[in-house]
Order: sequence, then structure tokens, then C-alpha cells
Amino acid sequence: MEIKEKIKNLINANDVCLFMKGTPDAPQCGFSMAVSNALKHLKVNFNGINVLEDENLRQGIKEFSDWPTIPQLYIKSEFIGGCDIVKEMFEKGELKTLLEEKKLI
Amino acid sequence: MALPIEEIKKLITSSIPDASIEIKDLMGDNNHYSAIIKSKMFNGLSRIDQHKLVYKSLKGRMGNELHALSIVTEEK
Repeated sequence: MEIKEKIKNLINANDVCLFMKGTPDAPQCGFSMAVSNALKHLKVNFNGINVLEDENLRQGIKEFSDWPTIPQLYIKSEFIGGCDIVKEMFEKGELKTLLEEKKLI
Repeated sequence: MALPIEEIKKLITSSIPDASIEIKDLMGDNNHYSAIIKSKMFNGLSRIDQHKLVYKSLKGRMGNELHALSIVTEEK
């Protein structure tokens, strides 16, 4: 399967989808950990996808979103941002509001 | 694998000429930075598009020789 298709399937199949280095229980990068912790704090179900297990995915996701860094958060198939944006949204309460609006928490 | 602050500023202002940029070297190792960037070019853009403008100004260095640059963008 083409990597683009695989990514589309992943973000369509998971309401909250986090492409990260490591897993939510064992993040392997501080930025991935920060986003994962924000989602855990809001008690939302999410699927953490470890890009370190798949080099194609690691490169593919950067091209898919035209975004050079990981982690990347998708909610309802929409790209929300990387660590800086998610952190800012979390601190301002916007992430909680968004998840509530989408009826995910 | 490190990029000095002055080099980062030069790259950003080459694409975003009116940018006011504050950069902190978080660890003193020329490798972990945080930056606050203000520009009129951000006005009306989503945060994602504001950050993309900054990443594009860094011409492929972000995620490569520049691992850790956390950014906050603000409209002017």
C-alpha cells in the first residue's frame, strides 16, 4: 500500500491520532512525551503511532502534512499541529474545547 | 549539527523581513532553542500556516541539523 493511503487510513480510523517517537507509555522524545501527556491529562482516547518502527511512515508523514517535525496530532482526520501548537492550545484551554466540540471527551 | 542563533535569525529574516525575533539557547549548546517571532506576515493566518512560514524560512534545516527549536508566533 502506498504510504499516503496508509496515513489516510490511520487518520480516518482513529478520531485522535498521534504520530510520535515511541509509544504513549514509552515515549522516546521529549516533544512526543509532552503531547502524549497533554492528551492523557484530558482523558481522551487516542492512538499513538510509533514512527520509529517504520522509516517510510516517518518520512511519509512529513510530506503528507508538509510539516518537518514529529510529533503530529490529527483530530477527526484534521492536522492540528506539532508540539508547540498543541502545547499552546493545551495551556490556553483550546485543546479541551476542541475535543469537547468534537464530542471526544 | 548545530546552528548558531545569528544564523537562525538571518534565515528567518530573509523570508520574513519584518520579523521581530527573540531566541533563547535553552541549554547553551547551540542546539536547543526556543523562539518568539512576531510579524505582520502572520496576520490572518492559522497557527499551522504561521509555523509553516517559519519552517520554510529555515530551508529544510528544521528536523535535521536543527532538532529542537520550539516556536511561538504572534501577529504584529
